[in-house]
Amino acid sequence: MFGLDKKDTSLLMIVAVLTLFAPFILNPFPTGSGLAQFNAGYPDLMQRFVIFGIFAIGFNILFGLTGYLSFGHAAFLGVGSYSAVWMFKLLSMNVLPAILLSVIISGLFALVIGFISLRRSGIYFSILTLAFAQMSFSLAYSVLTPITNGETGLQLTLDDPRVLGVTATADGSIPVTNLFGLEMRGTYEMAVGPWAFQFNIGYYLCALVLIAAFYLAIRIFRSPFGMMLRAVKSNQQRMNYTGLNSKPYTLAAFVISGMYAGLAGGLMASMDPLAGAERMQWTASGEVVLMTILGGAGTLIGPVLGAGFIKYFENIFSKINDNVLHGWFSFMPDGLEDFVVFIVHPFIGKGWHLTLGILFMLVVIYLPGGLVEGGQRIAGWIKGNKQSDAQQSETKPAE
Amino acid sequence: MSKLDVSRRGLLRTGAVTGAGLALPTIFTAQSAAAFTNDPTGGSVTLGFNVPQTGPYADEGADELRAYELAVDHLNGDGDGGMLNSFSSKALEGSGILGKKVEYVTGDTQTKSDAARASAKSMIEKDGAIMISGGSSSGVAIAVQGLCQEAGVIFMAGLTHSNDTTGKDKKANGFRHFFNAYMSGAALAPVLKNLYGDDRKAYHLTADYTWGWTQEESIKAATEALGWETVNTVKTPLAATDFSSYIAPVLNSGADVLILNHYGGNMVNSLTNAVQFGLRDKVVNGKNFEIVVPLYSRLMAKGAGANVKGIHGSTNWHWSLQDEGSKAFVRSFGTKYGFPPSQAAHTCYVQTLLYADAVQRAGSFNPCAVAEALEGFEFDGMGNGKTLYRADDHQCFKDVLVVRGKENPTSEFDLLEVVEVTPREQVEYAPDHPMFAGGQLGSCNPGA
Amino acid sequence: MDAFLLQILNGLDKGSAYALIALGLTLIFGTLGVVNFAHGALFMIGAFCAVTVQKILSLSVETIDPDKTDFLGNPLKVKTPYVENWFGPDIGGTIIDWSVPLAILFAIPIMIAVGFIMERGLIKHFYKRPHADQILVTFGLAIVLQEVIKYFYGANPIPTPAPDALNGVANLGAIIGMDLIYPVWRIVYFCFACLIISGVFAFLQFTTFGMVVRAGMADRETVGLLGINIDRRFTIMFGIAAAVAGLAGVMYTPINSPNYHMGMDFLVLSFVVVVVGGMGSLPGAVLAGFVLGILESFASMEWAINLIPGINQIIIYLVAIVILLVRPRGLMGRKGVMED
Repeated sequence: MFGLDKKDTSLLMIVAVLTLFAPFILNPFPTGSGLAQFNAGYPDLMQRFVIFGIFAIGFNILFGLTGYLSFGHAAFLGVGSYSAVWMFKLLSMNVLPAILLSVIISGLFALVIGFISLRRSGIYFSILTLAFAQMSFSLAYSVLTPITNGETGLQLTLDDPRVLGVTATADGSIPVTNLFGLEMRGTYEMAVGPWAFQFNIGYYLCALVLIAAFYLAIRIFRSPFGMMLRAVKSNQQRMNYTGLNSKPYTLAAFVISGMYAGLAGGLMASMDPLAGAERMQWTASGEVVLMTILGGAGTLIGPVLGAGFIKYFENIFSKINDNVLHGWFSFMPDGLEDFVVFIVHPFIGKGWHLTLGILFMLVVIYLPGGLVEGGQRIAGWIKGNKQSDAQQSETKPAE
Repeated sequence: MSKLDVSRRGLLRTGAVTGAGLALPTIFTAQSAAAFTNDPTGGSVTLGFNVPQTGPYADEGADELRAYELAVDHLNGDGDGGMLNSFSSKALEGSGILGKKVEYVTGDTQTKSDAARASAKSMIEKDGAIMISGGSSSGVAIAVQGLCQEAGVIFMAGLTHSNDTTGKDKKANGFRHFFNAYMSGAALAPVLKNLYGDDRKAYHLTADYTWGWTQEESIKAATEALGWETVNTVKTPLAATDFSSYIAPVLNSGADVLILNHYGGNMVNSLTNAVQFGLRDKVVNGKNFEIVVPLYSRLMAKGAGANVKGIHGSTNWHWSLQDEGSKAFVRSFGTKYGFPPSQAAHTCYVQTLLYADAVQRAGSFNPCAVAEALEGFEFDGMGNGKTLYRADDHQCFKDVLVVRGKENPTSEFDLLEVVEVTPREQVEYAPDHPMFAGGQLGSCNPGA
Repeated sequence: MDAFLLQILNGLDKGSAYALIALGLTLIFGTLGVVNFAHGALFMIGAFCAVTVQKILSLSVETIDPDKTDFLGNPLKVKTPYVENWFGPDIGGTIIDWSVPLAILFAIPIMIAVGFIMERGLIKHFYKRPHADQILVTFGLAIVLQEVIKYFYGANPIPTPAPDALNGVANLGAIIGMDLIYPVWRIVYFCFACLIISGVFAFLQFTTFGMVVRAGMADRETVGLLGINIDRRFTIMFGIAAAVAGLAGVMYTPINSPNYHMGMDFLVLSFVVVVVGGMGSLPGAVLAGFVLGILESFASMEWAINLIPGINQIIIYLVAIVILLVRPRGLMGRKGVMED
């Protein structure tokens, strides 16, 4: 289907089903229950899952295929967000032109940076991209404040021109982002017994874009172009000796992955019209590297999983406080309760960085292939068990 | 048995309705269901406390969280009631807000506007928070304030000192109790004049982002009005850790006062470096060289150790104040946690009580009703004397403290001493003051 | 002129920290071929060794002073450090005052131990893995180390002053008849850095151990074939590299109060320094450290900022980009190192 083979089609289907039914899947616990803390099915986080998924897919097109480790990818995301917000400020609150502009601008930005950075490879390339991104961040934070609004981040105001829209709504507030009148923040709530599921228009826009982006990524991975990029990864020198100039291919990959980042930035601004400079900081670039590797670099679905994993931690674990802990363990006797809370305390709330760091190390140490490898191992283990079960049942009668 | 007159028809009808309710998902838009965002329907109401828990301001955030927990205790009638006893408005009775038990959720801003908004959004969308409070930097406060305006909940700002929060970025749903850069300048200027005279040459080092700029602008205006000359203003990168290359030029600039428009880690390092270079022992133009840190934070000043001794600055509140409200707050905070609260803790505590009180007086959680109750609200007994929540820009007007690093501290908390309490009249300004111009409150947004 | 000289001094001072960190990074990279993202964390741990020593020395016995009251109105608990009780207030006070230099003695074994544990426990398993994996696992380790420190010491900076005797300023210009005032401790730091750097170089140059290590850096396999246990020596080098970073951290604490994220603040910078110097080149790392420190100081001068706004924010990265484009192997690097 869609020019994909059977395996890829089923992968795309899985992604489509997962994203479209995310409001159900991510809200497994009834609203009132103690475990509702772990529910992730609210619009903002779901949007973040898919937006960072897109970002990581794009990053993986560069890193997973060519092996070029860019440490400055967040700059493209930031540039995308800024362009989108400027579009909202100047043109209209429709998200379509904003997203288009952000993809184009970040593509151009990536073209310039890629053209320079790709003159070097290995860690030199990483440092070059890092340097460009850090420069963008530092300047956006200070000198470029007229364009970026510095520390506060670029926001909409009540006196933006908005040529094709209104400056302010009738009741005196800033208009909201929409797609031809369909408000991005519109949410439908569905109550089923004790569960409450939220269906957000903005989320579904992001989800559709993710599916499209994922589809495109599969096509790139399976295309001759993708093959060429893999060749760059395995042995660029040999490739060059055969008379092929690999530079246009890597540059194309760099620009495509920059455009993915810009798309993610544009979507982010469309969901929440603010663009902050810290989106471009090297730690933000580091984050997408972590997402990709954590999920499984070079695999199609890995980056999406990794993005979900990290964003889940950031948003869910950071919100668990001692009060919540005491609530969970209140069934225990007092002394034991305090003890358990004391043990868990360093890892939750303000300690979420620590937990993430530890888990991250464990994944890198034991699962070099990331979560995807973990999944495969579990699958293999189950299969293996079945086989050995089968063998046992087969061999038993012989005894 | 006659009371239990259940007709077969009625039973069927009830059963059918219940069945439909269970079987069919009741699809409705959030917009039409309630009059405003997150209308608390049960027996409790949820507040969202959004503070930095990771990153350089984590300790300040932790102190804010302690204050929030204390405020929730007091609102629910636990503990000794703290400032509820001294607060001039007696609407709150320690039975929650409008009879609903106060619950809270916490989140991590990471001192990044993006992360702060994500965290605030999750509180609004997932936990049903009706009010968001907290923050330890102006960038975050302004970003979250904008979000709360869009979402239709009230934002009670925590520690944010930039003029912009209630200036060009003010929002109808946002309220600030903390003082601002203009007030720092207005409060400091007369004290500086008394101490150092009116013929001084000032050199500014300013953190290169919006808060730094507004503070530099404010202090410059206030000191130049005294007759001081501004020799130079230099911007330093936020990421700077070593300020030696910015301090060195001060030595031969002819300036005799150094003003450090820095906060947090920047302030600790720039002050330490300035003292290292012997600026405090220098004599320039026949006068002793002086250093001024316009915005002091006791928690952070601790990091500079002995270097803060004798250095003047301003703060919103200090635990050594002897009015009833401050004493009550310090007592309950100190008893619960074992050390005195910071100014960040104070402003967060007060903001929570003020919000609760406004809801109580308005008789509704509707943000518009709450905003109306807060606008122009005049109160006392919260530690800063008679205070006004001005309707024009949602800024609190109250006395400002001028403090000095203590020469002989008796304990690790005893770092600052209050030099002067600058009365409110002296720090007031017109709502259309040029430093605050450019924004509009807009209209209150109840969301939904 | 004064201004320039002062900025050169500032640059040398900043450069000392960069050079020491970059030196350790290069030692590890050159010997073990590992890109160590946790190196900044080692610097930070060193700084917290100083904090810990200060804390231990100021461990206090509490006595109640009924005349004074604390903030709650209760009688004030006055703390007197044990050392002051034991040795009298004068000597005890002096010991506490000198806690930062004393911390050097404490930091050396601790840092070497930390380095050993890190190498044997974690990094050893990553020699055969791609550089990306090494970066990632050490980056994860850096996060963990920094969060652990934050858990115990809090997020705020902790004051660790230099001894009073070294706290003032000195007039360096007196010799040449100029007025050039500079903080004593910063001069100490620079001298200390020079001492360590020359120590490391002398060790590598003039000892048999150093010779073997250098041979191993050039061709590990051949040295291994000669029957020398090069792995053990490299482990020791890792410990030494950790100690260098740690000592840089200890001595840095009076310049800026240490906080838990100081390692991350230096990390990116020190990588830029290493790359500018040339991957794997020890003299390159040191040279680049000082050069970048001085350039950074110049860039923060007023005429530079007026010339190019924001130059003080980006100078390091700008230099890195230019160097990498013009001379990809860095100032003193060999060709082809880490190109893939």
